[in-house]
Amino acid sequence: MAKVVAVTGNEACANALRQVNPDVCGIYPITPQTDMMQRFASYISDGKVDTESILVESEHSSMSACIGAAAAGGRVVTATSSQGLALMWEMLHIASGDRLPIVMPVVNRALSAPLNIHGDHSDAMGARDTGWIQIWSENAQESYDNVIQAFRIGEHMDIRLPVMVCLDGFIISHSIERMEYLEDQEVKDFVGPFRNFLPLLDLDKPKSYGPLILTDLYHEYKRAQHEIMTKVKDVVLNVAKDFEKLSGRKYGLFETYRLEDADIAIVILNSAAGTTKDVIDEFREKGIKAGLIKPRLFRPFPYEEMAEALKNTKAVCVMDRADSFGGYGPLFMEVSSALYPLGNRPLLTNKIYGLGGRDYLPSHAAQVLTELNQIAQSGKVSVLKEYIGVRE
Amino acid sequence: MKAKGWRDLPPGSVVLEGGSAVKFKTGSWRAFRPVWIEENCIQCLFCWIYCPDMAIKTKDGKRAEFDYDYCKGCGICALECPGKKGKKAIEMAEEGK
Amino acid sequence: MATPLTLKELSKKEDRFTHGHRMCSGCGAPIVVKIALMATDYPVVISNATGCLEVSSCISEFTAWNVPWIHTAFENAAATLSGVETMYRSLRKQGKMDKDVKFIAFGGDGGTYDIGFQSLSGAMERGHDMIYICYDNGAYMNTGIQRSSATPLGADTTTCPAGSVIPGKLRSRKNLTKIMAAHDIPYVAQASPSHWQDLARKVQKAHEIKGPKFINVIAPCNRGWRSKTNDAIALSRLAVNTCYWPLYEIENGVTKITVTPKEKIPVAEFMKPQGRFKHLFAPENEDLLRQVQEEVDREWAKLQKEAKTD
Ligand SMILES: Cc1ncc(C[n+]2csc(CCOP(=O)(O)OP(=O)(O)O)c2C)c(N)n1
Ligand code: SF4
Ligand code: SF4
Ligand code: SF4
Ligand SMILES: [Mg+2]
Repeated sequence: MAKVVAVTGNEACANALRQVNPDVCGIYPITPQTDMMQRFASYISDGKVDTESILVESEHSSMSACIGAAAAGGRVVTATSSQGLALMWEMLHIASGDRLPIVMPVVNRALSAPLNIHGDHSDAMGARDTGWIQIWSENAQESYDNVIQAFRIGEHMDIRLPVMVCLDGFIISHSIERMEYLEDQEVKDFVGPFRNFLPLLDLDKPKSYGPLILTDLYHEYKRAQHEIMTKVKDVVLNVAKDFEKLSGRKYGLFETYRLEDADIAIVILNSAAGTTKDVIDEFREKGIKAGLIKPRLFRPFPYEEMAEALKNTKAVCVMDRADSFGGYGPLFMEVSSALYPLGNRPLLTNKIYGLGGRDYLPSHAAQVLTELNQIAQSGKVSVLKEYIGVRE
Repeated sequence: MKAKGWRDLPPGSVVLEGGSAVKFKTGSWRAFRPVWIEENCIQCLFCWIYCPDMAIKTKDGKRAEFDYDYCKGCGICALECPGKKGKKAIEMAEEGK
Repeated sequence: MATPLTLKELSKKEDRFTHGHRMCSGCGAPIVVKIALMATDYPVVISNATGCLEVSSCISEFTAWNVPWIHTAFENAAATLSGVETMYRSLRKQGKMDKDVKFIAFGGDGGTYDIGFQSLSGAMERGHDMIYICYDNGAYMNTGIQRSSATPLGADTTTCPAGSVIPGKLRSRKNLTKIMAAHDIPYVAQASPSHWQDLARKVQKAHEIKGPKFINVIAPCNRGWRSKTNDAIALSRLAVNTCYWPLYEIENGVTKITVTPKEKIPVAEFMKPQGRFKHLFAPENEDLLRQVQEEVDREWAKLQKEAKTD
């Protein structure tokens, strides 16, 4: 039976990890992730889990140790944010290249310089090409649910890839929210026992992890890695189906909100989607057909499904809480790639918002929707990429 | 042997067979060939322990022939060989002569 | 019963590190590895930092390792192994494994003294049950003989080349063995492949001690040292006999010199056969050469003072 609680996003994720009871976890502090693993450390100290922790001296070592532990043969977790994720960058590629299903909540935070501890998506967006599966979460409930599902997805025998579960720093990690926990046993049964695949600790069949692969085969290995990613969508949907049976909560590749007949739409990740939905309701009341897509699976990106969902809209704004300086926002680049094959595609704009924890307000959403409505009517985009909520 | 296509690769590039490098022969690297002169050999096994390429065979705790499939001809064994009464039990000869 | 450390008995064992690896002809590193691996009968799991040993021992489907082996990157052999070892402990605690397994990390001097130093220090401080073995060839050999903090004073490398103004490396080596001892771990040692039995004994002993252990082993590289392909053992022996590379161990804080040279010979004897020191024998570099000798003498005197010789 579900239990209703009022907890922070960090607490919810820590509790999910406790319920999953991994074999090994890497722990290193960084705001705003810190208290997630602190909480998990007290579960270890209080004997509530079987997990052995590795209290590493850096995130680079954390990911290295997680890779070693996962290759050894068992369930492995860690969590990080921002600079920590950036420091792991080298090792993220190795975790995925070695096909190790490590699960890592990423509490999204801005990157230096200048130093800033607040939420934006620069960290995880910078890791989008590392071969990890990325699942994004709007609130504490989704963060909790996604962490639990991440094990089933990453450990699926057809997949065996590491998974990042992204949630917004402070806005979600530190705000108390009403949500539901599953029972410990339910989570345990849902996730199931860890199934080994080529464990290094299988002493009778000595294996070598991490060979040198030169021009003769490297290209083929990367082709094979891409192929695995093409199978992820189906697994994500199947796991979501099972999860719905257990929890009653429905998940897909992305969430749509009032999109069926929409003329204009916003595509936006994570917590800002909540605020946007409220403003969409206001616009609907005014008779403006507005809708929203909140991507959940960002890697692999569901291009065809996204195109299908947006094909009848006239104008779409993709909102990015991260930037690619000299380019467009990372989410925009994906959505525009998704829409390009359509013969008849909506007009697009890209807004950069909320960097370094800058508030995203209902007025920003209203500003965007008003502009989209004009674009839909005039058929003209005057500025394609723009910062909103920025002081002149 | 046909080169492998991307569908034929082991997941995560893991090498599944321990010690499979024995299938890769390094003997062709050799410019000089060590020759064992058995009558000068005192069976000290120094050549065996110091060979960087595990290219000296042993049997029942005794030195046997060189393994020319792998010997790279470095000459460490010859230099370290004490031999008998000042006579080395290993000599290096130019390969192909 | 452990296999006695006699060549006769050891030669009956199966190779844990096989031929078919692609280290240069006459390289010292594989000699270090083979001796270290034959020194124990326990199952071992190996972690290896990027470097000559790693790139030459596991290429495509050819691995020279007949024991479980993992390479992830350059600076993290210790961190990677700490993960493997922790998973082992976790599985053992949960009753999912029962064998006694030993863990060894191999890193070059670059991967140990320099870029992997933090990871090594962290893993040692955390107390993982493992031996970290550094094979020290005194430079970044795999990338073409660049200076590391293990490169000896005066040596000519590709990033501190002996030129008309600067005579090679102007800084002394970092004494990593002592730095590891300062971690107060239960066992630290220095060894040489020339003294195979001393090396094997140190590894064997280290395996019997619980917790983190560090062994620094000199590993001649004829490419980088610009010496002959046949002199890896001769040079490592000279390193010991000149006291450039003393053989000692520090067990629970007690220092012991394990091999005392019968006669301490001038360090120039170790340097002369090596092209990387050639310029030091020119008259204008006399001072630098003297400085090298003084440093060896000073360090050796210090070590003797610290040691309780048998
Ligand atoms: C982060 C990182 N920086 C640089 C390199 C390039 N690199 C690979 S091996 C190596 C040198 C290794 O030197 P050492 O550890 O002394 O081992 P050796 O090759 O001498 O045996 C370098 C610089 C790398 N692989 N990764
Ligand atoms: S020449 Fe070198 S490789 Fe060949 S057997 Fe002697 S030591 Fe080994
Ligand atoms: S080193 Fe020389 S004497 Fe000793 S076993 Fe080898 S060949 Fe014989
Ligand atoms: S470059 Fe030096 S260390 Fe590297 S394989 Fe060759 S001899 Fe050995
Ligand atoms: Mg080196």
